[in-house]
Amino acid sequence: MDSVARRLSAVGAGAALELRGVTRLFGALAALTDVTITVRPGERRAVLGSNGAGKTTLFNCITGDFPPTSGTIRFFGEDVTHFPPYERIRRGLRRTYQISALFPGLTVQDNVYLACRGVSRGRFSFLRPGQNDALMHAADNLVQAVHLSAVRDQRVAELAHGQQRQLEIALALAGAPRFVLFDEPAAGLSPTERAELVEILTSLPAHIGYIIIEHDMDVALRVVESVTMMHNGRIFKEGVPEEIQSDPEVQELYLGGGHE
Amino acid sequence: MSVTHDTRIQIRSPASSAQRQAARGWPDLNNPAAWIVAVILLIMPLIANGFFLIEIFATTLMLGTIALSLMFLAGYGGMVSLMQLTIAGFAAYMVAVFGTSDNANISLGWPWWLAVPTALTLATIFGTFGGALAVRTEGIYTIMITLAIGAAFYYFTNQNWAIFNGHTGINNVATPHFWGVNWRSDIPFYYVVLAIAALCYFGVDYISRAPFGLALQGVRDNPRRMAALGFNVNAHRVAAYAVASFIAGLAGVLQVWNYRQISPGSVSVGACIDILIIAIVGGITRPIGPYIGALVFVLLRTFALDFLVKIGLDGNRFRLLIGLGFLAIVFWSSDGVIGLWQRWRRSQRPQSDRPNGGRGHG
Repeated sequence: MDSVARRLSAVGAGAALELRGVTRLFGALAALTDVTITVRPGERRAVLGSNGAGKTTLFNCITGDFPPTSGTIRFFGEDVTHFPPYERIRRGLRRTYQISALFPGLTVQDNVYLACRGVSRGRFSFLRPGQNDALMHAADNLVQAVHLSAVRDQRVAELAHGQQRQLEIALALAGAPRFVLFDEPAAGLSPTERAELVEILTSLPAHIGYIIIEHDMDVALRVVESVTMMHNGRIFKEGVPEEIQSDPEVQELYLGGGHE
Repeated sequence: MSVTHDTRIQIRSPASSAQRQAARGWPDLNNPAAWIVAVILLIMPLIANGFFLIEIFATTLMLGTIALSLMFLAGYGGMVSLMQLTIAGFAAYMVAVFGTSDNANISLGWPWWLAVPTALTLATIFGTFGGALAVRTEGIYTIMITLAIGAAFYYFTNQNWAIFNGHTGINNVATPHFWGVNWRSDIPFYYVVLAIAALCYFGVDYISRAPFGLALQGVRDNPRRMAALGFNVNAHRVAAYAVASFIAGLAGVLQVWNYRQISPGSVSVGACIDILIIAIVGGITRPIGPYIGALVFVLLRTFALDFLVKIGLDGNRFRLLIGLGFLAIVFWSSDGVIGLWQRWRRSQRPQSDRPNGGRGHG
């Protein structure tokens, strides 16, 4: 018993992400109510729920885009509740956006280079990167990893939607990510592009955990090991994909009801 | 990726790899027009008389450098600051206060090599502090705060006699003499101005491709995402104000040497807005724009008077011409004269050639 308890508390201390009683109010509207989630390092989890269930608000609270009204957020044991977003990112948290949040005036290479620079030193450097700049090489590799080498030097404004979604993922994988939040990465992608996305997600190194918000169950349930269902800003159910899929309440609420 | 994308990509890929080399280096080096302009600027004292050299070209380069500091903030950082002339004027006042002038009760009489770095440091601090106030806001509020700083400084100089000598200003400011050269005589002064302007121009161009400049453009395009990539967005903005203040300060030092005096009239709200007009008319997406805008402005200011008198109008209406020109350019091209030029160049080229440069500004 003793050793089990110790192991359990060790698991708790070693959580990648730990939310306790997180509530977020917009005026009188509670977008999140008393959300408590623990995610292990390397764990891959889907957050499902109809529109307005609070999924993106959950991401915004975790990254600090806006702070929770109450509750605490720990990232690898460290209380980051009051950290600005950039401090959390520098500790290994990453996110993508539901609507691509890129730098349209810059090239693909420069977008990825900025992402690499953002999580390393020399953000204020006045010296141009040279031929053998390590971060330039890191950016090159990342561009290649998301299959964008051919459009490396095009401005992002000129890219097709699917390419912008891939770049969105590349920006979130710069540096040494420890945990990534994917906000509907498959939105607007063709079936071929979805297959590529699944391949990118499943081929991520095992130590990188993530939470993915995804309406497409074919994508979501193929790339995760656990599922959290949200409804009206609350955690509604947690389990493995098969349980959630066959749960009658879930089907009533999500698959039958608000699914687009 | 669909098949159509792939074909397009393959057609473009050789061209873009060549362009990549150019973009990483100095694109100007491969541009014959840039070389011609550089040579003309260097041999200008052989062509132009003292009036043209100082009143037209040196003035263009000084105003262009102040507008360049605005272009750096607005074009790369998306922050429209109306206080750039104020910072230049502050630097000018500081040169007069720390250096030598007729107002011996105010001027401390320091040598220029001590007064100038002091003035530049103080101007940079002043601009950085103003920037720190302004970066808490966005868009129209940034314009309002910086305009308020400009207006406050103008009225302060008018009313303060202990340091700024009220509305009479500080006169007969000493200019540097060393190595047997009077650096304010026309030809040496022209080269000093040209050297400083070139330094600022190439400096801004260089920084735009360095991590700091790229990050600034990222802040312009999407500040929220920049924070989500690990950047402290406000710190970047304040640092941009510091750089822009230093550039504006350099131009301010040149201005006080040029006129040998500084008074509140030089830092009026109207003069602050002139800098905005210069930058917009020239184009704020590339560092060359402010200099083109400044040339247009100085030529109009100098010659529109004669032209208007000749056609029977009041010569003081030259601002009307500038205003009409401003309206026309903003109406036809959101990217000023360089935008018009680029569009014309593009229309002359075969279709397959890819449009180059012409960054959308935000």
